[in-house]
Amino acid sequence: MADVILKADNLYKHYPIKGGVLRTTTGQVKAVDGVSFELQRGETLGIVGESGCGKSTLGRVLMRLEEPTSGTVNFDGVDMYSQSGSAMRKLRRDIQIVFQDPYTSLNPRKTVGDIIGEPFEIHPDVVPKGGRKKGVQELLEMVGLNPEHINRYPHQFSGGQRQRIGIARGIALRPKVLICDEPVSALDVSVQAQVINLMEKLQDELGLSYIFIAHDLSVVRHISDRVGVMYLGRMVELGTEEQIYQRPTHPYTQALLSAVPVPDPLMRGKREQIVLTGDVPSPANPPSGCRFHTRCFKAQDRCKVDDPELIDRPDGVGEHRSACLFAEPRVIVETVDVSDVEVDTRFASTDVVDLDAFAEDDGLLPADAASVAQGSQVVGETEGPLDRPADTNRLIDDEPTEQRDPRV
Amino acid sequence: MTTTTKSVAPASDYKPDDSGRLLEVDNLFVEFHTAEGVAKAINGVSFDLHQGETLAILGESGSGKSVTAQAIMGILDMPPAVIPSGAIRYCGQDLLTMPEDQRRRARGPEISMIFQDALSSLNPTFPVGWQIGEMFRQHRGMNKSDAYAQAVRLMERVAIPGAKDRVKNYPHQFSGGMRQRIMIAMAIALDPAVLIADEPTTALDVTVQAQIMALLAELQEERQMGLILITHDLGVVADVADRASVMYAGRIVAQAGIEDLYARPAHPYTRGLLESIPRLDQKGQTLAAIGGLPPNLTRIPPGCAFNPRCRMAQDICRTDVPELRHVANQDSACHFAEEVLNG
Repeated sequence: MADVILKADNLYKHYPIKGGVLRTTTGQVKAVDGVSFELQRGETLGIVGESGCGKSTLGRVLMRLEEPTSGTVNFDGVDMYSQSGSAMRKLRRDIQIVFQDPYTSLNPRKTVGDIIGEPFEIHPDVVPKGGRKKGVQELLEMVGLNPEHINRYPHQFSGGQRQRIGIARGIALRPKVLICDEPVSALDVSVQAQVINLMEKLQDELGLSYIFIAHDLSVVRHISDRVGVMYLGRMVELGTEEQIYQRPTHPYTQALLSAVPVPDPLMRGKREQIVLTGDVPSPANPPSGCRFHTRCFKAQDRCKVDDPELIDRPDGVGEHRSACLFAEPRVIVETVDVSDVEVDTRFASTDVVDLDAFAEDDGLLPADAASVAQGSQVVGETEGPLDRPADTNRLIDDEPTEQRDPRV
Repeated sequence: MTTTTKSVAPASDYKPDDSGRLLEVDNLFVEFHTAEGVAKAINGVSFDLHQGETLAILGESGSGKSVTAQAIMGILDMPPAVIPSGAIRYCGQDLLTMPEDQRRRARGPEISMIFQDALSSLNPTFPVGWQIGEMFRQHRGMNKSDAYAQAVRLMERVAIPGAKDRVKNYPHQFSGGMRQRIMIAMAIALDPAVLIADEPTTALDVTVQAQIMALLAELQEERQMGLILITHDLGVVADVADRASVMYAGRIVAQAGIEDLYARPAHPYTRGLLESIPRLDQKGQTLAAIGGLPPNLTRIPPGCAFNPRCRMAQDICRTDVPELRHVANQDSACHFAEEVLNG
C-alpha cells in the first residue's frame, strides 16, 4: 500500500435529539454513520454528496473540532483521538481546515495580519516572534494578495480575496493535510477558477494532501485524484476520479452524475437523466437496509433488509469500492480527455491570478472602516505581534457595496 | 360567488403582437441612490421575450440580473431605486407609466415571478394553501373554500405528494425542493403569460434541481409561457434556454441563440467564463481564470466595464463604451467582437 497519511476507521458521529420537559434524549441524528477511508500523501480526496449527507460533519470530526461518537483516525502513525493537551495541539499543526463561508469565518475586528498570524501565536515555536510579520507577508504573497495589505480588515476584501485569506491561514503552519469544506461554493463563477488554480499551485509547492468537501461534482472531478460519494452519513462509493466518473456502479452516484447539467447546449436531450423521486430521508430516522432504497430505481426487497457493505465490486474494467448489492457499471457521462488541449490564454489566464494587477485603490468607505478600526481598539485585544493599521480607509476590491456588511 | 371550483380566467386586456412578442424591455436604466453614492445597477438594457420562449439572463452577483427582474415585476423599492429612463412594454403597454392599480392587476395573471429563496419568500405564519389561494381570492374574488380547492389542484399539478392533506401545512413543514414547488404553484396560479424565475434552483441540491427544472420545462410547454430564467449557472442555461443574454455591470454584453453563445462566443467575458468553469464531461482540463473582480457599481470603469479584467483590452476599450452590435448571428458589446469570434 502506498504512503497513507490519514486513515479513518469506522467513524460515527451521532447528535442527540433532546425533547420534552426533562430534556431527555429522544433520538439520534446520525450525521456520520460508519465511514472509513484513507488519504494518501500528496493526493486530493474529494468528498461529494447532497446537503445533509454528513460531509461537513465528517470534516469537523477529522479536525477533531467535534469528538466522534466512536471510531478512530490514524494520522501519520498516531491515533488522533487518544492524544490530549499539548500532543493534540502539536498534531493540529499538521492538519488544518479552510471553511466554506469567507464572510463568516474571518473575525471582522481583526486585521488580516492578525488572522493569518494567529496560528503563529498559538504555536509560538514555529516562527520566532520577530519573523512573524514577514511570515504573514510571505503567506499573503503565496495566495496572490498584496503583502502590504497586512493591516486591512476582512470587510475591505471581496469574497474571493477573503477565501484566499482563509487559505493563507490554513497553510500558515505548513500542515500536511488541509481539509477544505466547500472552499469555492460561495464564490462567483469567474472567481472560482482563480481559487481552484491557487489551491492546485499550493498543493504542488507544499506537498499538501487535500480532503476536498464539495457538492459541485464538476469542481470535485477537476481537483480530485480519488472521490468518495456520501449519502445519509455513509460512504456509498469510493474510487479514483476515473472509476467514479466513468464507471460508477452505485445507483446514487449514477443519479447524482446524471443530474448535473453540462454547459453544452449540443448535449441537450442526449444525456441520460435518472430523475430521483422524493427527498433525502431524515438522518434522524434513516431507512433500514440500504439507506438509498427508498429512492433507488433498482431497489428490490432484499435492499430493505440487507445493509450493503462498502467493498470492492467489479466495475467492468477492474473493481472499486461500492455499497450496492446490485452494483454494475453504467456510463452516465461520456468523458472527453482534454489534458492535451491548449487553452487559449488570450481571454483568461491559466496562472494564479495576481489580484493587484486589478486593484484600484480609489474606493472609499471611510465611516465603516473607521468604526471597525475603532471597535478593535476598544475591545483591547492583547498586543499582537503585528503593527497596528494606520490607514484602513482604502478599499482594495471592486465588489458591489451592497454585499459588504462590515458592521457585523 | 362562483359555484364551480373551476378557475375561469377573465378575458385578458393584453394581446401579444403578431410575432408573438410579449415583453419588450427598451433601454432601461436603474440606479440606487445610497449614502455611498449612486450605484448604477442597470445601464441601458434592452431585450424582448416571445410566447413559448425561454430567455436566460446570465450574470454574476451584482451584474444587475435580479434588478432587471424586479423592475419588470414592479417590485423595486423606490427609493432607493430610481428608474431615470427606459420602458418595459408588455403587449405594447408600458408598465412603467401605467397607473399602479392597473399594474397590480397585471402582476400575477399576466407576469409573475418565482423567487430564489423559497423559505424567506413564503410567509411562515400562514398555511401554504392559504398563500396559494390568496392569488384567487385577490384576483378572482373567490371565497375561502374555493380558493383552497384551487390550491390543492395546483399543488397536485406541481407534484406535491398528498396535496389534499398538506394544503394546510406551514412552509417549515416542507423540504427545500417542496417549498420551491409551492412557489412555482403560486407563480403559475393565474396562468401568466410571462414567468420570471430568479435563480429558482440555486439553493437546491442537484438531484432536486433536476426535478424542478423538468417541472418548469413541462409547465412552460403546457401553457406556452414566455420564461425568463435568471441564473449564474452555465450548465442550467445550456440545458433549457433558447436564447441567453449575458450581463456584466448592468449591461447586456452578449446576446445570442444558445448554440452560438456556447460554440462561438463573441465577447471576451463570455469566452472567459466558458473556459473558467470545470466541466463534468472533461478530464485533465486546464482552468483559465479571469483575473480580478466584477466592478463596484458606484464606480464602473470608464469605457467598457470589463476592460480592467480583459486580456484583449486596447486603448479604445478604456475610453469608449462599446455598443451592443450584431456580429454573425448574435450580438456582442465588444470593440473587437470579430477578433474574439474568429480567434
